[in-house]
Amino acid sequence: MTDQQQADLRKDEVEAGTTTGLASPSVDPTSARQNSLWSDAWAALKRNPLFWIGGILTLLFTVMAIAPQLFARGQDPRACDLSNSRALPSAQHWFGYDVQGCDYLSNVVYGARNSLLIGVFAVVVILVLGVAVGAIAGYFGGVTDGILSRIADIFYALPLILGALVLLRVGPETSIPIINSRGPGAVALALALFGWMTAMRLVRSQVIAVKSSDYVAAARAMGAGNTRILVRHILPNAVAPVLVYTTITIGVIIAAEATLTYLGVGLQRPAFSWGLQIEAGQDAIRSAPHLVLFPSIVLTLTVMAFILMGDALRDALDPRQRA
Amino acid sequence: MGRYVARRLLLTIPVMLGASILIFSMVYALPGDPIRALAGDRPVSPAVVQVLTERFNLDEPLWVQYWEYLKGLFQGNLGTDFRGRPVLDTIERTLPVTIKLTIVAVIFEIIIGLTAGVLAGIRRNSYFDNLVLVSTTVIVAIPILVLAFLAQLLFGLKLGWFPIAGTREGWYSYVLPGLVLASGSLAYVARLTRTSIAENLRADYVRTARAKGLPPRRIIVQHTLRNSLIPVVTFIGADIGSLLGGAIVTETVFNLPGIGREVFDAIRAQEGAVVVGIVTLMVFFFIFFNLVVDVLYAVLDPRIRYD
Repeated sequence: MTDQQQADLRKDEVEAGTTTGLASPSVDPTSARQNSLWSDAWAALKRNPLFWIGGILTLLFTVMAIAPQLFARGQDPRACDLSNSRALPSAQHWFGYDVQGCDYLSNVVYGARNSLLIGVFAVVVILVLGVAVGAIAGYFGGVTDGILSRIADIFYALPLILGALVLLRVGPETSIPIINSRGPGAVALALALFGWMTAMRLVRSQVIAVKSSDYVAAARAMGAGNTRILVRHILPNAVAPVLVYTTITIGVIIAAEATLTYLGVGLQRPAFSWGLQIEAGQDAIRSAPHLVLFPSIVLTLTVMAFILMGDALRDALDPRQRA
Repeated sequence: MGRYVARRLLLTIPVMLGASILIFSMVYALPGDPIRALAGDRPVSPAVVQVLTERFNLDEPLWVQYWEYLKGLFQGNLGTDFRGRPVLDTIERTLPVTIKLTIVAVIFEIIIGLTAGVLAGIRRNSYFDNLVLVSTTVIVAIPILVLAFLAQLLFGLKLGWFPIAGTREGWYSYVLPGLVLASGSLAYVARLTRTSIAENLRADYVRTARAKGLPPRRIIVQHTLRNSLIPVVTFIGADIGSLLGGAIVTETVFNLPGIGREVFDAIRAQEGAVVVGIVTLMVFFFIFFNLVVDVLYAVLDPRIRYD
């Protein structure tokens, strides 16, 4: 096919809105080096402004969680003076003062640590649970899959907030470690326990899709055991969708944590938490709306950072959506 | 089709049983003393403790309690709370509020989500399309909790358009909470419609319709829209099941006495029977609407065949 013919064909296809692939063969045998999924993805990511916005915000809040004093403008979040109660924002105190007369900016800034800690810890537990259960269900199939999938269905039917709410309410009265602590660990575990099912389904479907392929049969013929086949040959296929899911889920978990804390079963005073700040501020919503507004804005930006990054990653990693 | 529905219905039984056992064991396995919690600081006479313990089988092992609960359930008896009020009455009192809220939310999804999605899908890459893309991304990222307070601040307090709490003004008081509850799904409906329309506009049958000279309006409404709406209709159907169970935050912030707020109050007060009853109902809604959607899919799209 000459270049002119190739170009004509492409023009026809674009106008017709169909892509047979004839005009642009996906594998170019003349190219010495073929791009991997990841280098293609990185190239697409670099061009996506949403990825940069999400990435920079994530970096900002990560630094804030590690070293909040950098952002507190020299104020101690625990140094309070009741005479400043509910004072409005000023040039000195950008976020004003809370009900107790504490500098609000430093209080909000110190809240980042708990949110991110819970988000990351919960997602790690979700990944461990989801990958393990999903891989076992998909790989062994049959009765094992039936039972594990029904268990996932049961958890799936319970709304995330509701399940975590019940567990965290009764948690402190039980003797289960971590769950009875009323700390970040309890909130993260409760959210993970009612949030692992999507990761499980993702991994399960990926495992089923590739487990009967030739290279898996080849690996088995070479004498590889089940564990080795799963870990070395099957699970790497699930990395891309799981990565996208993980990034978005950190944001979802952070929002859920703030909600549970707002509802009174998550973190407890005197912890720094955006959920607690919103809860304390809501009584003064008429006279001092900034008390609800500032933690809300920061919480939203944090959640948005992870969701934007996850969206950008999905666009970059899903070849079907690539133009 | 009939066999498919029957099989799916049978499969819902273990899931519903499992979900209720899960909730039941979380609520009742705790070592705390609900009778003491009910009485608060006042002393309780041993006779009262004994009567309550017997009536609620509190000294029996967990599986006996569950079995007793299940027996009652099949006789239409969801048990009573610690004050002696039947759980069924509580549900009858609170469910209409949640249903109204869900109806308002679904109307918003259809009006705003569908319209935005259709317009964006027809004029792809236009200014409006980009506006829809950016605003849906932002809306999805705002937690419901934050959205609820923002709506209260802006539309309730600043502008004074809507009441911010309670149900005193009838359907009008459901507008703001309904919008907040619908926000996430609304953004998703807009995106789903947009992608679906844009995809179908490139399909062969649309090209044929255009080739035979049909006016653009007719191509969009008669040909594209009908096919594009199949995934949207099914999403909204499944979403009803989630909305009915996911309104805890919205109902709490807007002070609406629906099943979401009721179950939250019951969890705090450790009213086991109320919690288990309402949660089981929510799980039922979720499973039921998902089943309806799967059946609806086959009805709307003849290419899909079960069995």
